Parts: sequence; structure tokens; C-alpha cells
Amino acid sequence: MTTIPIATSEPRSTLNANRGAPFPVATLTITARAVKKSIRTPSIMLGGTVSGVMFLLIFRYVFGGAVAHLGGLSYVDFVAPGFIVTSVLFGAMAAGTGVAEDLQAGLVDRLRSLPVRAASIVTGRVIGDTLLTSWGLVVTSAVAFAVGFRVHGGIGPAIGALGLSVLYAFAFCWLFAALGFFAGSAQGAQQLAFLVFPLSFVSSAYVPVSTMPGWMQAFANHQPVTAMVDTARILAEGHAVATALGHGLGYYLPASLAWTAGMTVLCIPVALWRLQRS
Amino acid sequence: MPDLIEARGLVKRFRKVVALDGLDLRVPAGQVTAVLGPNGAGKTTFVRAVATLLRPDAGRLNVLGHDTARDTMAVRRLIGLAGQSAAVEPTMTGRENLVMVARLYGRSRKEARQRAADVLERIGLAASADRPVKTYSGGMRRRLDLGASLVGAPRLLVMDEPTTGLDPRSRTELWDAIRDLAASGTEVLLTTQYLDEADQLAQRVVIVEAGKVIAEGTPAELKSRVGLDRIEVHTRDAAGAATAATVLAALGAEGDGVEVDLAMRRASVPCSDGPGLLPAATAGLVAAGVEIEDLTLRRPTLDEVFMALTGHHTQSPGSEGEKGRPKRAHTEQMGPKQMEGALR
Ligand SMILES: Nc1ncnc2c1ncn2[C@@H]1O[C@H](COP(=O)(O)OP(=O)(O)OP(=O)(O)O)[C@@H](O)[C@H]1O
Ligand SMILES: [Mg+2]
Repeated sequence: MTTIPIATSEPRSTLNANRGAPFPVATLTITARAVKKSIRTPSIMLGGTVSGVMFLLIFRYVFGGAVAHLGGLSYVDFVAPGFIVTSVLFGAMAAGTGVAEDLQAGLVDRLRSLPVRAASIVTGRVIGDTLLTSWGLVVTSAVAFAVGFRVHGGIGPAIGALGLSVLYAFAFCWLFAALGFFAGSAQGAQQLAFLVFPLSFVSSAYVPVSTMPGWMQAFANHQPVTAMVDTARILAEGHAVATALGHGLGYYLPASLAWTAGMTVLCIPVALWRLQRS
Repeated sequence: MPDLIEARGLVKRFRKVVALDGLDLRVPAGQVTAVLGPNGAGKTTFVRAVATLLRPDAGRLNVLGHDTARDTMAVRRLIGLAGQSAAVEPTMTGRENLVMVARLYGRSRKEARQRAADVLERIGLAASADRPVKTYSGGMRRRLDLGASLVGAPRLLVMDEPTTGLDPRSRTELWDAIRDLAASGTEVLLTTQYLDEADQLAQRVVIVEAGKVIAEGTPAELKSRVGLDRIEVHTRDAAGAATAATVLAALGAEGDGVEVDLAMRRASVPCSDGPGLLPAATAGLVAAGVEIEDLTLRRPTLDEVFMALTGHHTQSPGSEGEKGRPKRAHTEQMGPKQMEGALR
């Protein structure tokens, strides 16, 4: 190792030279970092996607035969929207572990010591994770098509469902980012899976809610994932499927949007508050 | 020119733990300042307050004339922070890391690239600039971390235990780097647990314990308050020790503290500038015909500084004081045992 040549003197900075990046620039700079990190970390890039695809294959071919009463849908058509939407949860979990990791590594301290609005630090992170989660959405959809999933409600509504899923991803990324501040460590943040599993499995994603015990139905019918999955399902498969779900689009769509708005509006201030006192 | 740091009655509590307990401090600009203290003294808490990362529960803190609570952004424009861990993104290259930070400081793309290239050159990482940081050694990461705190050309560089975890060579290299920065006009505030590091780097040393400043001054001032260097000689026989004592007594102005132990064939003398006096001492002893078994220069350690200032040992992990609450830093409260220790 050579010695550190820092002898060159340089002019002292003035206040103006470090005026601080404006909010959009700071946010996108942080987004770029989150995206680079994920693209360059195969375990992040593949982890969520591979497990999602594996689940899809298992459900499609192992349980597929055992589930009936799907309102005229084949199991693959029933379950694919469930998988695509729940892939959002697994993807968004990375926002939580990412926040916890950055806190632990002191990176949050470094970023907070810079002349940028604190909001850009979390917002950048959340946008980055939303982008990655959206990538996961695309991959999961492609695999679903490969194993026989077809849309019956028209291409436009199906694309609408995908767009809504990106919105859901954004809300869940805020939720997990906020929770990441409470996790204490990256390992601690892994425990967020205990939130993801009940939310995804005790929902209409993989089996109709009506096949569950009564107390479980109560939970499944009143949590965001069911509303989101059924919105996507009706959009992708047409209104006929609504009869097997209990409600129509007019119920699930506003419900899912309310959950999305609620989670975002609640989690942004919580995340910012925790950031300021991290 | 405003003071570098002006802290008045700074208090920070973490639930029951009082990390800063009414800390008062005024540090003029233009001097490298070291905050010295044992584990848990409140060094990191203080530095994080200076870097606007935490808001004190009470008191006021000005950095270069700007209030950290009200004028947060102004402070952030002036500082660069290198925290206790190397806060760099391992999957990005060294260059990407620096460009990112420069962009966040508000530099244009072009300017950010230029700044990053300059700093990489200056921290000696130009050759590895385009490798992912995860392939860097610990010392290289530490340097990149320093680079990230320099990329905004800050007026004040804030470093929390910059050399912890470095091998001796990287440590001296970092010392050189910090000296050069200070020489080129950057203000430096750093924390350390090592007295010799403070001595090497800082013109001003602030000793913190239990969230309070317990002593402050130049390294020489503190050392003279604390105890001096000691030149100690072991001789072959008792007569030699007696001769050595007279030689040493004749040496310095502080020569009145000569101790001699004929049974152990040992003599020692306190002095303020041990390394400066050592050649004369050696020459004098040789000229007097003393047969030297061993000749050592003992310098006060942080532990001795604390012993002298507070009457108890530093509470490093594993020491007995660790479990209990930190004792208050008042000499009046010394127990007989500690008194004995202090007088020894
Ligand atoms: N976030 C926190 N939550 C709870 N307690 C804290 C927190 N940060 C610091 N403390 C407590 O405040 C006290 C001072 O801690 P601080 O980290 O400032 O010490 P330090 O001098 O930097 O120590 P070290 O040499 O070990 O780095 C300690 O008792 C520590 O346990
Ligand atoms: Mg510390």
C-alpha cells in the first residue's frame, strides 16, 4: 500500500458550493443506488423471484388438481393473479431489510449528514424498491403465462391490473421501509417475513376465502392482500369470476385503493419520524 | 471567525442512560481537535450532535457559528462526516460512491465526477477506483469513507474513531492524511480512545467522561496536569542505581521527582519531554559509568490520565466498573482504595 498523498491544498469550500441536491435529484440519486445495489446482488435480484416462481409451480402442479369451485376458472387462471400480486409483498420486504442494513452500516448517518431533505433518503429507497418489485411482477407474470395462465377479461384491464400492482408495491415498500427502522438489524428485518406469510396465505391469493374456517375468513376478508388480489383477478379474468369471490370490482377496487392510500399516508410520516431519530 | 464548536449545557438521554450530561465546550477554529474518552463516554453521541444527526434534549450547539438545531442545513453544507463504521456501498465502485455523495452535496454531474476523480487521487485509490468496494480491504474502505467525507470539500471534517480497526501502518498513513488536510485549511474534529493518537494529531484535546468535559487543553497542558513522562533505568548493581539517581536528578527542571529503589536497582525521573531528554540521559549515565540493564521511557496512558483526573480507571469493556453505573467524575468521591491507587 502506498502512502496517502493528500498534500495538494485546495480552496476551502464556500456555503454555495455545497448548496445541497434539490429534492428530486437527491431522491433519484438514492433510487439509483438502491437499484444498482439490487441489480448487482444476485441474491436480492433472484431471491424473491425464484421463490415466487417455485411457489407458483408447486401450487400450479401440486395443489392445482385438489382445488375446485373457482367460478368456472381453471386453477392456474385463479391462482396466477394471486401469485403476481403477492410477489409484491415478497419484493417489498427488501425495502425493510435494506433500510435496516443501511442503518446498521452507518450509511443512513452519512446520508443524513448531507445537505439534502431527509424525505429524499427514504423516498429514494422506496422508489428503488418499487422499481425492483415491479421487475419481479413482470417476471412472475411471464412465468405464469408460461405455465398456462391466460387472461379472459381483455388486455386493457389486465395491463390495468399490472399498473395497480405497481401502486400496491409502492404502498408495501413504504410499509416495510417504515418497519425496517424498527427492526434494529438486517437479521431482525428478516423477521418481517412473519408479516408477509399470514398476509399472503390468509388471503384469497391461493385458495378461495370461502374454503377457510370462519375466523380465518374474517381476517382474510378484511386485509389488503385479498382486496388487491381480487381486484387484479377480476380485471384479468373478467367480471364472471366475481361470483366466486363474494364481491365485484366495485367493492374490491376502492377497497384496495383505500388500503394503498392508508398504508402510504400512515407509513410516510412514521418512516420520516424514525429516520430523524435514528 | 466563529468558534468551531460552541456547546452549552448539552444533554442527551437515551431512556435511562444519560449520554451527554450538560456538556460545555468552546473550541476555537484553526486547530485539530480530539475528543478523548473511554467506551461509553459520549464521544459518538457528541459527534452525532455536531453532525446534526441527533437533536440534544437540552442545551445549545453551534458549529462554525451555526445552530445545529435551527440552522441544520447550513451546518450540513459545511461538514463532512466519517462515522465509526465505513459507510460506503459495497456493491458500487469507489468512484460511484464518491460521485453519489458529491451529487447529494449538490454538485452537477460533471463537477461531481471531477470532485470524485480528485479525491480518489488524493486518497490513493485512483487505481482501484472502478472496482466494486466489496473487493476492497478494510483499510481501503476506511480511506474511501474518508474520501466520501471529503468530496464536498468540507470546512469541517468530523471523524468518529477514524483509526479503530486499522493496522499500525494504515493508522500512521491516516494520521498523515489528517495532518495534511488540516494544513490545507480543513478543520478537523475527531474522537479517539488513544492518548497517543490525540497527542499525535491534535492541537487541542477535550477529555470527555460520563457525558461531561472533564479536562481540556493542548496535549502538553493535559499531560503536565496528569503526570509526566518518566525515564526509568535499571542498573546492574545498587551502587549504579544510586549514581543513576544523581545523574537523572541533574538532568531536567523537573528533576526533583527522582525516585530510587536500591533493592530493585532502579531509578527514575519524571520529565515533560521524555523523547527529547532521553539522549542526554543516556549520555549522562554512560559518562558516569553506570552499567545499564534496561532503559525505558514511560509515557502516561489514557488510563493514567483518567486516574489523575477522576481517581478511577477508564471503564473499558471487561473492566469491573462496566456493569455498574458510571461513577461521577469527582475526585472528592475517591475511596481509600482509589486514593491509594492515585498516589502510587
Ligand atoms: N441509540 C442509543 N440508544 C440507547 N443508548 C445509547 C444510544 N447511543 C448511545 N447510547 C448510550 O449512551 C452512552 C454514550 O454512548 P456513546 O456511543 O456516545 O459513547 P462513546 O464514547 O462513543 O463510546 P465508544 O468508545 O464505545 O464508541 C452509552 O452508555 C451508550 O450505551
Ligand atoms: Mg463511539
